[in-house]
Amino acid sequence: MIDEKFDAIVIGAGMAGNAAAYTMASRGLKVLQLERGEYPGSKNVQGGILYADMLEKIVPDFREEAPLERRLIEQRFWFMTDKAHTGMHYRSDEFNEERPNRYTIIRSQFDRWFARQAQSKGAILLCETTAIELIRDAYGKVVGVRTDRSGGPIHADVVVLAEGVNGLLGTRSELRPRPSAAHVALAVKEMHFLPPEVIEARFNLKGDEGAVIEAAGTISEGMAGMGFIYTNKESISIGIGCLVSDFAESETSPAKLLDIFKKHPSVAPLIAGSEVKEYAAHLIPEGGYKAVPQLFGDGWVICGDAGQLNNAIHREGSNLAMTSGRLAGEAIFQIKSRRDAMTKANLSLYKKFLDESFVLKDLKKYKDMPELLHTQAQNLFLTYPQLVSKAMENFLRVDGKPKIEKEKDTFRNFRKARGFGLIGDAFRIARAWR
Amino acid sequence: MSIEGEFQKVEEKLFQNRYLVDSGQPHILVAPHEKPSKNLLAMTHLCPAGCYSQAESGQVELTADGCLECGTCRVLCEESGDITWNYPRGGYGILFKFG
Repeated sequence: MIDEKFDAIVIGAGMAGNAAAYTMASRGLKVLQLERGEYPGSKNVQGGILYADMLEKIVPDFREEAPLERRLIEQRFWFMTDKAHTGMHYRSDEFNEERPNRYTIIRSQFDRWFARQAQSKGAILLCETTAIELIRDAYGKVVGVRTDRSGGPIHADVVVLAEGVNGLLGTRSELRPRPSAAHVALAVKEMHFLPPEVIEARFNLKGDEGAVIEAAGTISEGMAGMGFIYTNKESISIGIGCLVSDFAESETSPAKLLDIFKKHPSVAPLIAGSEVKEYAAHLIPEGGYKAVPQLFGDGWVICGDAGQLNNAIHREGSNLAMTSGRLAGEAIFQIKSRRDAMTKANLSLYKKFLDESFVLKDLKKYKDMPELLHTQAQNLFLTYPQLVSKAMENFLRVDGKPKIEKEKDTFRNFRKARGFGLIGDAFRIARAWR
Repeated sequence: MSIEGEFQKVEEKLFQNRYLVDSGQPHILVAPHEKPSKNLLAMTHLCPAGCYSQAESGQVELTADGCLECGTCRVLCEESGDITWNYPRGGYGILFKFG
């Protein structure tokens, strides 16, 4: 099919793949990018929030052309019970800056744009093409891929696996393990369309301002999970995700969980009267630092979700994906410039870059968090939200009961529910956060 | 959380989506079995697209047309051999309009 040899083949046209392809192509490398979808983004799902800083390091003037929905000026955290939410709320006009920090995006549109940027730098993109097998030489070094298109193998010095959390190539080639059920969350999401002015009124926004709600509590029915509501220009993305291991144990239907979230009295008015135009599901890597597999070897590197590079605590994924793709591209370019071979030893430069960047530093900081969330799910997502909600209601409801008794009630509730566990929980969270 | 009332059927949700179905070539196959394993049976609740169902005779069956390619069943059932999981052919399967 393709006779020429490439400097690099990039598997996937998502955040990591596009960043890698762009970085290498713009430095003059011969790059082939393979995407199994009809167009870049057709297989990709994200909430989604774009972090400007990480994209700026790749495409500095992206704001001029990239399909951005709304710049985020407000973040709400909701601690939810069945009928209430206790909220923390941060809104600042500082976010209305010249170069805003965060935007909502719609992935199928964004990925198409991002892939076009890589193409404009010379990368060749083949869509509707699934890479099905890595080709190795006699020494085991990866030297190319075979695809589901007719024709022979395609050769390259290095293969960049940016194939996503559910990528088959890396696992089938035994470069990385299949993610375990405790290390991935299943998220479902719907796109609710409303006129922009309705969204702006409901979320107290003007123009292209946007808001984000992240919600945790009884909505995940005791599983480790979170709900989210993101404002786009003419739509609201609403979804909920929980660990697959928790889903499996509780045998809960994700679709129903989303419907319950949508019916919550705090949520329903925000999406009332909307037209739903899509229902999506996707896995999110949540294993953290300890679940990150070997990320480089002879003739290959792994970027983005495929490498579990996702910060579940801060709900950041696309920026880690983009940055890992960029760093892989920069490492490969450096090795190539020295006319060195794409050996494991040389490609360890990519891991060195990652170690020095926020990507692995952040994941390392929270290395104990995934396990804590998993083992303490009942307490963190059911017991505490209920206790907090009850305390708030008790505090606010004026009913003639002396305040001193109200305080005693609240204290008693906490002690009864968790006893000395309270101290242990606080200690465990503090330690995992450190 | 126990809110009763009407819930939308998953099929109705999928109706909004765009697919290019590779007719006669399902990308996920359930291995023949007499009694489904715990994880395979759990898929009848867990699959976000409702692709898995239990027949009256007890076996778990799959219609992959509405698959969202999330990979949940792959994570839970591939290693044990309950299912084989492949991507649809390039260009086929779910095509997210928004994603």
